[in-house]
Amino acid sequence: MNIPAELLYTKEHEWVKFEDDVATIGITDYAQGELGDIVFVELPQVGDTIRKGETFGTIEAVKAVSDLYSPLDGEVLEVNSSLEDAPETINSSPYEDGWMLKIQITESVQKNDLLSADEYKKIIDEA
Amino acid sequence: MVEEELKKTALYEVHNSLGAKLVPFAGFWMPVQYQGIIAEHKRVRNTVGIFDVSHMGEFEFSGADAEQFLNRITINDVTKLQPGQVQYSAMCYEDGGIVDDLLVYRFEDHFILVVNASNIDKNREWICENLPLSGVDFDDISDDIALLSVQGPKSLEMLKTVTTPDLESLPYYHFLDGQVTGINAIVSRTGYTGELGYEIYISRSNSEELWHNLFEVGKPFDVEPIGLGARDTLRQEMKFCLYGNDIDAAINPIEAGLGWITKLKKGDFIGRDALIKVKNEGVKRKLIGFETSGRIIPRHGYPIYAGGREIGITTSGCHSPMLERGIGMGYVPVALSEPGIKLQLNVRKTEHPMCVVKTPFYSPTKT
Repeated sequence: MNIPAELLYTKEHEWVKFEDDVATIGITDYAQGELGDIVFVELPQVGDTIRKGETFGTIEAVKAVSDLYSPLDGEVLEVNSSLEDAPETINSSPYEDGWMLKIQITESVQKNDLLSADEYKKIIDEA
Repeated sequence: MVEEELKKTALYEVHNSLGAKLVPFAGFWMPVQYQGIIAEHKRVRNTVGIFDVSHMGEFEFSGADAEQFLNRITINDVTKLQPGQVQYSAMCYEDGGIVDDLLVYRFEDHFILVVNASNIDKNREWICENLPLSGVDFDDISDDIALLSVQGPKSLEMLKTVTTPDLESLPYYHFLDGQVTGINAIVSRTGYTGELGYEIYISRSNSEELWHNLFEVGKPFDVEPIGLGARDTLRQEMKFCLYGNDIDAAINPIEAGLGWITKLKKGDFIGRDALIKVKNEGVKRKLIGFETSGRIIPRHGYPIYAGGREIGITTSGCHSPMLERGIGMGYVPVALSEPGIKLQLNVRKTEHPMCVVKTPFYSPTKT
């Protein structure tokens, strides 16, 4: 199970990477493994506002559909449009090419609510 | 269900060692996938795959009145069955709703019913409620029997050299009582994939030996283990019903498209009066197959719309690995059930186009 130490996580299996006041969001290696073959992802548009804890999109695997939960508040700066034609990238590269959104964040304190790699690993191990 | 109470098939540890994802299903820990649903699905369509479906239930019936009883409790005509033949059938309630869909195997001196794992307890109770005081011996042998399903265009080639008696001459929906790799087995030419395929019933204690033997024999054919995830997408491409999704106690076999197994003229059986009434009055809704466009994927329980009005509901749906688009099944009024009719599928509160199509969605490899 790949859980990069430099990222932060949510218990809903999203990861967040901070660079200044921009956060990149995706789903974890564990999540893509649980979902299986991903065939479609529905994401918000640039300029949309997403809210922490609320759904910002859906992900369709062959077997089932799942909601995507926002790890923080912010405005969508960029959407990974390559996922539209190649959603399976999320399976093959969940932390790199399979990223989903870049978000302009407003409050830096939001980081405190997220899980470290160690804390996230504990959740997975208990699952 | 509490996870500790879940049953395990005899191959639980084998699946674990193969890296399967095991999930609770119908009271069992079952492998939902090994490598991935799409790869496993294509394996079955292109060469051959093996499923552990030992969770399925098996009921044995014998005694002088067994045939008569089974003909009363199932809707197809058991008297038409010769020894060595299999029949797709169902049990209905008095109101015509479906108790379960099942297979009937006729042996020289007894019958075996193969039922859905999720319905084993309910079926057993229903049968016991209706069993006559004498003349029929009924035994639930589900815990003693394991079932491996070998499906795909290469299944015959793979199995024929290790099966006795001759497998090649076995017709569709017939079975033989013999041996596979030296292990006593009932082998029927049946399956849930639409491909050429065989279901192999063995004693639970022989599961692991047969599993390993089959993978040895299957090596030249690139055989792979297949999970329940691909089993579901394979059956959906054929528009085969799944109990609990497309059929249940509130649905009668005629609206489900199972009129072909409903033998109203065979004499009395449970549910007959209600089904004759349905037939005479005509069904109000029908189970359709439909396709979606774009990347919209139907799932169980999505509302179907026509002209802005909710007129039906989906019962199954998935991304079809062969057609690479969304396919689904659902109930709509008869007037809107013809192939070519355009309807709308409500996915997360947005309407998307869907089209009623002819089924099966996919035509399996001709063999």
